[in-house]
Amino acid sequence: MRSTSEAPATEPQPVLSLADREAGGSDPTARLEGGSPGAVEVHDLGHSFGELGVIELLELSVSAGEVLGVVGPSGCGKSTLLELVGGLRAPVRGAIEVDGAGAANERLARCSYMPQRDLLLPWLTAIDNAALAPRNRGATRAEARRLAHPLFERFGLAGFERSRPSELSGGMRQRIAFLRTLLAGKPVLLLDEPFASLDAITRAEMQEWLAEALAAESHTAILVTHDVEEALYLSDRVAVLSPRPARLIAELRAPSPRALPRLDAVTSAGFTATRERALAALARGRR
Amino acid sequence: MKSRLAPLAIVLALIGAWELAARLDVLAHGLHIEPFLVPAPSDIAASLWSDRGLLADNGWVTLKEVLGGFALSVVAGVGFAIVLHLSPTLRRAVYPLLIASQTIPIVVIAPILVVWLGFGIGPKLAIIALICFFPITVNTLDGLRSVDPDLVKMIRTLDASRRQTLWRVEAPTALPFFFSGAKIAVAVAVIGAVFGEWAGSSSGLGHLIQEASAQLQTARTFAAVAVLSALAILLFALLAAIERRVAWWGPKETST
Repeated sequence: MRSTSEAPATEPQPVLSLADREAGGSDPTARLEGGSPGAVEVHDLGHSFGELGVIELLELSVSAGEVLGVVGPSGCGKSTLLELVGGLRAPVRGAIEVDGAGAANERLARCSYMPQRDLLLPWLTAIDNAALAPRNRGATRAEARRLAHPLFERFGLAGFERSRPSELSGGMRQRIAFLRTLLAGKPVLLLDEPFASLDAITRAEMQEWLAEALAAESHTAILVTHDVEEALYLSDRVAVLSPRPARLIAELRAPSPRALPRLDAVTSAGFTATRERALAALARGRR
Repeated sequence: MKSRLAPLAIVLALIGAWELAARLDVLAHGLHIEPFLVPAPSDIAASLWSDRGLLADNGWVTLKEVLGGFALSVVAGVGFAIVLHLSPTLRRAVYPLLIASQTIPIVVIAPILVVWLGFGIGPKLAIIALICFFPITVNTLDGLRSVDPDLVKMIRTLDASRRQTLWRVEAPTALPFFFSGAKIAVAVAVIGAVFGEWAGSSSGLGHLIQEASAQLQTARTFAAVAVLSALAILLFALLAAIERRVAWWGPKETST
């Protein structure tokens, strides 16, 4: 596992330029309060929707501060897994613990969920969207905005605080959605295909951005994606799931430390080899 | 420019045809009635001018009834919608009753309400509210239920209570739906006012229509109806304008 205080030491020359890289999260003092690491244990998990088995005897363990990538074919129950972990859905069988807490509402209190679509509320400005969690916990609008403001600076969104979501690009909307998830101040981030709706270039930029943002935070994260490369690049470890009902068919350690420039990471020999192993595991699972 | 001229031309042509038909007594001969019973648009316009004081006084009475009844229906309609949204059991129990309430013929219930509430503004408000709350309740409830379930999940992981979920996600989603219902309601509210006045009153446009038509003053009858329609169109436009200001994220409305 990569140390959580390890931030990119030097600013690498970006191959895919991200206009606001210099605002990236290399400042450890900027860490959010309440964002203490949390471990996730999934034991003997099974779930079905009526007759349809979605997850079968799944065992997963994520240590505090680790980023676990979960890949699997479309419709294999990856999103359901996140909803189960986050306490949004009750499993048919098995046990899930987040920081040792097993009850659904206790898990809900420890996890924040970033869905596939940004789900920004069109009637709120960017900063009010980002600051929803503090608002829900009783902060006034001004207090909540004060909490969100430094993150806008840090994540290259300065100047867009008062914009409406409809005025922003897909990449910016996803960044605000991520800010909103961070501002929930919970130890575990559940990321459900966060960039699936973006075009290829924005997606690559956002992966690099997220790698840096995760490096600057001490969060545990479970990243669900159908993109093997994305999972390997962003995670410490990748779990490969079979088609529905989902079982664990392989676990791979990511070849490189996180937060390298993306192109360096994904073109390294180790990365390519691991990616092929993951793809082979996926193909085996389909048979 | 053309998009404005064409509808105007059609309206003018229709009025012109009516004018011609009335002047040439086509309709009166066809129906075997006295020509004075079929007023030409120019007769109605003349009545609008000569009876302006009468129309304004009675129009003001009706406007107050409509606004009062509509306000009541907004409070009741939104209240019902929220309660029924929060309790599925109650929704299943009460929803059929809400529909049943719309099958009560207003002409039947109006005199009873007059007996119960007297000859003042009370029965008018009750009748208008009875007609208006239904589209408001149904639309607002549909709006509350149409919320994206993923939005609800998202805000729950952001520590929202049930009340906060309602206030921050469901209510804004429902707002454009509420306005759709309110616009329907305000247009039918004037009908409620007329029924209420017919059941027993000494003023208002409905009362004026009743009196004028009994005295065969057809031009004045039509003038009162014209004022009534203008009132409804004005209130509708006012609501549409408010909607554009406060619920701009709703589904784009087709322009009228």
